[in-house]
Amino acid sequence: MSNAPLFAAQEPIFPRRVSGFFRRLKWWILGITLGIYYITPWIRWDRGPNLPDQAVLIDMANRRFYFFWIEIWPHEFYFVAGLLIMAGLGLFLFTSALGRVWCGYACPQTVWTDLFLLVERWIEGDRNARVRLWKAKWDARKWRLRLTKWMVWLLIAVATGGAWVFYFADAPTLARDLVTLQAPMVAYATIGVLTATTFVFGGFLREQVCIYMCPWPRIQGAMMDAGTLTVGYRDWRGEPRGKGSAKRAAVAEDVGEAARVRYGAGADKDVATPRLSRSGETLGDCIDCMACVNVCPMGIDIREGQQMECITCALCIDACDEVMAKIGRPRGLIDYLALDDRPPVLPGEHAAVRPMGTEAEGATTIKPAPGDPAPAPHAAAQPFTAEGSRDWSPQPVWKHIFRPRTLVYTTLWAAIGVFLLVALFIRPEIEMTVAPVRNPTFVTLSDGTIRNTYDVRLRNKHGEARVFDLAVTSTGALDVTLEGQPGTAVTVPPDATQRQRLYVTAEPGSLAATSERTDVRIWAEDRISGEQASRDTIFNGAGNQ
Amino acid sequence: MADDKRIDEPTGVETTGHSWDGIEELNNPLPRWWLWSFYATIVWGIIYVILFPAWPLVTGATKGVLNYSTRANVAADIERVNLSNAELQQSLLNVDLHALDRNEALNAYAVSAGAAVFANNCSQCHGRGAAGVQAAGYPNLLDDDWLWGGQVEDIAYTVRHGIRNEDDPEARYSEMPAFGEILAEEEIDILVQHVRSLAGLDEPVVGGEQLFLDNCAACHADDGTGMRELGAPNLTDAIWLYGGTEEAVSETIHNSRFGVMPPWGERLGEVQVRAVAAYVHGLGGGEQQVAEPVTEAERDAAADVPEASFPASAEETPAEAGAPPVAPVTDDAGPVRLPPLPSD
Repeated sequence: MSNAPLFAAQEPIFPRRVSGFFRRLKWWILGITLGIYYITPWIRWDRGPNLPDQAVLIDMANRRFYFFWIEIWPHEFYFVAGLLIMAGLGLFLFTSALGRVWCGYACPQTVWTDLFLLVERWIEGDRNARVRLWKAKWDARKWRLRLTKWMVWLLIAVATGGAWVFYFADAPTLARDLVTLQAPMVAYATIGVLTATTFVFGGFLREQVCIYMCPWPRIQGAMMDAGTLTVGYRDWRGEPRGKGSAKRAAVAEDVGEAARVRYGAGADKDVATPRLSRSGETLGDCIDCMACVNVCPMGIDIREGQQMECITCALCIDACDEVMAKIGRPRGLIDYLALDDRPPVLPGEHAAVRPMGTEAEGATTIKPAPGDPAPAPHAAAQPFTAEGSRDWSPQPVWKHIFRPRTLVYTTLWAAIGVFLLVALFIRPEIEMTVAPVRNPTFVTLSDGTIRNTYDVRLRNKHGEARVFDLAVTSTGALDVTLEGQPGTAVTVPPDATQRQRLYVTAEPGSLAATSERTDVRIWAEDRISGEQASRDTIFNGAGNQ
Repeated sequence: MADDKRIDEPTGVETTGHSWDGIEELNNPLPRWWLWSFYATIVWGIIYVILFPAWPLVTGATKGVLNYSTRANVAADIERVNLSNAELQQSLLNVDLHALDRNEALNAYAVSAGAAVFANNCSQCHGRGAAGVQAAGYPNLLDDDWLWGGQVEDIAYTVRHGIRNEDDPEARYSEMPAFGEILAEEEIDILVQHVRSLAGLDEPVVGGEQLFLDNCAACHADDGTGMRELGAPNLTDAIWLYGGTEEAVSETIHNSRFGVMPPWGERLGEVQVRAVAAYVHGLGGGEQQVAEPVTEAERDAAADVPEASFPASAEETPAEAGAPPVAPVTDDAGPVRLPPLPSD
């Protein structure tokens, strides 16, 4: 009995450089997302003299959110709630269609780790050089390389934290204040915290963040199903793995059927001819070169099946495709696959090849990773027959993506999006709320006039002051006066809410004065635009006394 | 326990050896940095306990070497706000109260400070909404009827010295005799009907006017419109301090009744007295010293503004004659000024 420790040191991972379609895609996404993050606060947007000219600004002090031509007030927070719901549904959608695609491509942890790895590779060299450096003594060269790397990381980290605070204040002003040590303490503290987290998470914790800190992998794991496309290994094509000889097997009789299952409908005879080991045994396509393991930023072996650590960054696909091209086999031994892409039974002439987890002579027995589903029972139990596989063929990619489940998510997502867009375009530029003062419900004046009081809030979203005329309409004759000023016009400062107390009076003996309640509508009209807002409320008369 | 460790077949992971009713625990080791971050939280906790108040004791808690106290912070905040308002408070002390509403910023400060003073000191009798309590004779401060005058300076005097109290020799004072001991019951019945008829609540009655002139007009004036110098209420209007029913008026004539209000000048201080006067004056019934004349120039300026076009059923509203451009206090502008706390 071994005594495994309760705590384990972090295994160092040295991902090798790789090139290919997915690596290029990831560089593009990295460039675009980081570009958006760093540049956005510096985009200017003219809103007139009284409003900030920063295109994207979260103005906490004045409780405004500016996004280009859109300005969100606190009472319009439902837009933010709607966007969050859309983000949630979007995550459901992408996860059910493409697995942990967020983790692999767009998550800041992945993007910044990728950037930090780029720096690391640039300063310390590729995988082998980094492994050597890691094992080397701490001599001058190692110190020099390490310190250079850490300095560059630190610069990136400071820029990351620095960019964040520019979203919350006028960027050029804040930048000047930061440099001249005039900025508020909270700005420096925020930059400090984000610098530290970026430096530590991107440089040192890396995959530990995904495995031990982040809840998304667990949540997303629960949202995937057997039809979800995720990065996988075609073990029915790759096994048994091994270094082959130059010899090829004779073309088997049932090549058509075997090739169709292994390589898809388009496979030719040459592709369908299996490799042979030096001792003459039939081999799969995997030459066990470890390229997929060496490029993995999570330090796992994708050939063990889908596992919790995998962020589906797809770099192993690129690495394996490179190797397959070199040895003249078709690409896609490691590929975007769904669990139900596995053939139900395996071609007879490759009887040694079995689904993972089943014992077979000559095949590598692979320990399934925790959470890896057991192979379908019928696949292991039934011997291959032509009838058994005749009905089966690998599903095209689009069938994995366009499924009822993803369509429902897309519909919901789009419905909320359309709702928010419509709400955005029909929202008024002026708004009014009316709160009747109920303590007391009415006041009797000395001449018997009945007076009701209303607290009116007028919102002016324009960049200049606006004058609103207030009026009341009702079945009865009512008069409007304002508290504290003559007339019925209220000036509302630019981009502000103005509270105004409004008195509505009914003459002695009039219908409204003697009734218990009268329906009234209070109006506000913008003198410049003519835009109107109204609220229905109640006028309380003396009739209930 | 340790002897029960074994390799779990399906996962290939060693168990911890712990077993509860046959349920075993796998040993997937935690990362070591996690252990260190756990130790770091313990160190953080120890440092926190040393620096900040932490351990509860019988009458308080350990102070911590930083002497941090939220209570002291609040006191400092109040001090800071009072300091920042000191200038406004000084202006409020010196300003001519009648001209207060011409100073927009000062008026806004006085009204909001007065609202807090009112809520703390006045609402117990006059009600949170300042509507008074008719049954108890606490006057409604929202209407336009004032026993002792409704200009802001009149209100300030009432607040400063109170009504009919023994504590302040300058308190406003008036006393109505109890006519139940002076007049016969039939006379009182006639008076009740006459008084109610003054306000249009009843038919005029024969002999009522003579009785009124003989007994009441000295204070309430011949026509019943009252006399502010004496605090004698106007009997012809629609407002009744104790109610306008026959029973209520009869009770008042029989036994007389009047309320008492304590003097607030010493307790609140002049700043708060002026603030609360400004607040009460602004509740909808305050009286102005003089009506502001509307000049020709202002009338012309108002005429330039286009009329609002409301739905046809809208009541024609009078054109706001010379409404001055207002720079109102907005919800979103400037630092919040807290009203001063009552100093008692």
